[in-house]
Amino acid sequence: MAKMNMLQAVNNALITAMNDDEKVMVFGEDVGHFGGVFRATSNLQQTFGKGRCFNTPLTEQGIIGFATGLASQGSVPVAEIQFADYIFPAFDQIVNETAKFRYRSGGQFSCGTLTIRTPYGGGIAGGHYHSQSPEAFFAHVPGMKVVIPRNPYQAKGLLLASIRDDNPVLFMEPKRLYRASVGEVPEDDYQLPLGKADVIKLGSDITLLAWGAQVEIIEKAAAMAEEQGISCEVIDLQSILPWDIETVCSSVEKTGRLLINHEAPLTAGFASEIAASVQEKCFLHLESPICRVCGLDTPYPLAHEKEYMPDHLKTFEAIKRTVNF
Amino acid sequence: MKDRNHLGNIGLIHQVNIIENGLIDIPMLQVLQPNGSVHSKADLPEITEHCALKILHTMQYIRLLDERMVAAQRQGRISFYLACTGEEASTIGSAAALEPQDMIMSQYREQGALAYRGFTTKEFMDQMFSNQNELNKGRQMPIHYGSKTLNFMTISSPLGTQIPQASGYAYGQKMAGLDAVTICYFGEGAASEGDFHAGVNMAAVLDCPAIFFCRNNGYAISTPSEEQFAGDGIASRGIGYGVRTIRVDGNDVLAVYSATQAARKIALEHQCPVLIEAMTYRLAAHSTSDDPTGYRSKDEEERWRLKDPVLRFKTWIDAKGWLNKEQNLEFIEQTRQEILKELKLAEQVPICPIEQIIEDVYDTPPWHLKAQLAELKTHIKKYPEAYPKTSGRL
Repeated sequence: MAKMNMLQAVNNALITAMNDDEKVMVFGEDVGHFGGVFRATSNLQQTFGKGRCFNTPLTEQGIIGFATGLASQGSVPVAEIQFADYIFPAFDQIVNETAKFRYRSGGQFSCGTLTIRTPYGGGIAGGHYHSQSPEAFFAHVPGMKVVIPRNPYQAKGLLLASIRDDNPVLFMEPKRLYRASVGEVPEDDYQLPLGKADVIKLGSDITLLAWGAQVEIIEKAAAMAEEQGISCEVIDLQSILPWDIETVCSSVEKTGRLLINHEAPLTAGFASEIAASVQEKCFLHLESPICRVCGLDTPYPLAHEKEYMPDHLKTFEAIKRTVNF
Repeated sequence: MKDRNHLGNIGLIHQVNIIENGLIDIPMLQVLQPNGSVHSKADLPEITEHCALKILHTMQYIRLLDERMVAAQRQGRISFYLACTGEEASTIGSAAALEPQDMIMSQYREQGALAYRGFTTKEFMDQMFSNQNELNKGRQMPIHYGSKTLNFMTISSPLGTQIPQASGYAYGQKMAGLDAVTICYFGEGAASEGDFHAGVNMAAVLDCPAIFFCRNNGYAISTPSEEQFAGDGIASRGIGYGVRTIRVDGNDVLAVYSATQAARKIALEHQCPVLIEAMTYRLAAHSTSDDPTGYRSKDEEERWRLKDPVLRFKTWIDAKGWLNKEQNLEFIEQTRQEILKELKLAEQVPICPIEQIIEDVYDTPPWHLKAQLAELKTHIKKYPEAYPKTSGRL
């Protein structure tokens, strides 16, 4: 075990994967000798050479197109999109190419070895274009997997699992935790399962569900609610697609209430999908309407960032409303 | 070339001299004249009789296949078809200059290259009828072929997406130390997509052994090339990106063959991309959903018919003494029969069973796909007459 922040854990996972398999290649804008704008790829070029860790020209559609072709050839690309806000030039490649590669060829060709890493989310004074959480766009794309870790331990285990999974994975890293989240991380190789949620805390009155950086927000709100005698079960979804409906529903069947928190705007956010599915499966167990605490349906604002965010206070109020419904 | 990236190596001027259009006047390689005779000063490629005849047979085969399948679409037997008439020399001549281990990433009008590689009439027909024998399991519209065994990447409809993918594929070939390149076909219209610029630039910067082969056939559906770009074709862009480039007469098999052979050699020896712009003409409609009479004249088409690439090459083969006319007529008749026979067989074959609808989305179907399939099967069983293609096998 070693103490690492999330960036060090990501870097450690990349080193582990590159040591384990010489077909693993890491590339993107500024990821080469500079080590990435957040330093997630520090020393990879120095250790593994320019052939396996390199800068690309500044073209997101090119990076993902290149990575998709490289994966179909048999390599194991880990492509970085510098900010999730800038992934949209690559949207066509991801939606029409990467995600459909295996299906459209009847399983003859696959780019399943591809992993796309991208920092996402707010809380760093990043304004419109360094703050967005676009996971729901990609949750709508059959063929993709979407994975989001909440701390350094999860980041290393889930990233290694994503790199080795035989499906294209969009791995979204909560950048406000890059340095803020520090924890014990095994130096050995390990993986955490994709498609599985993690029950962090047991409780009996309400289920709180989030992913990425918002997990610590619902944990904080849960602590406030506990002081008022409300027992909260806290779950980190971890995988957005496919998501672990079983764990979520068995919790809701027990607590009778569900609150979902995400940073992305409310309308058509992934909470909508979860709410629809849970009410289908758990209708007779529900004691109150499923509650969503999310970002506003506005572009991500800079000066009003604090007001925009679905923080612990908004979550705490929503818990009380839901329990007292 | 790369030295120019360094500011210190740029020459200086001291008067305003804005570079105007047309300063790059890229010539076009032509070996065979339109009448089939060899230009007196032309370098002839080394080409065997066997290879020349295989090219000719593939050209003739594709003409017959295109003609028959356009008719089949008109009869309502298939939903869609896309002929390559007029462009046979570009696709078949280039495919002939490659090795079987080279990856082909095509746009959608390269059935000639696929046939040259050995795709059978049965495979063509199974694809166009989306039946259960089809390699892509009947999931895509007619003409979206793909064959892993022939190193022919499955086609997708979005234009230009294969271009950066080809750069990545070629980079993988280089890193694996393979004696192989990737050829990437696209039209001059697709070269307006961002993916063209992204892909060619990445191949140049990252030293990828890829051949970018542009079929400049004059039209993107109805849009003529003069409404597509103002520069000197697509070749000038290759030069702009620091890519070795050649322009060839796309209706001249020998020119296309020579240029592609040279490009392959350079790509492997120097581990770098090469761009070929083949000047040709889409004598066919864009697809069976298109009618060119609305946007171009019969006169224009006639002028290009006189440059017919198949006749031009056949005349040269005949002059070489390699053409047995009787055998060739027999080949054409046999091919015609085979196409008819396989068409009739393929249209009788059922589509894949419904269980396959959820396969290959992921390596294994996750819970939500299994649940959706179970629900769908229950529904089909309830209304079998509404889903006749799959209900019989539930």
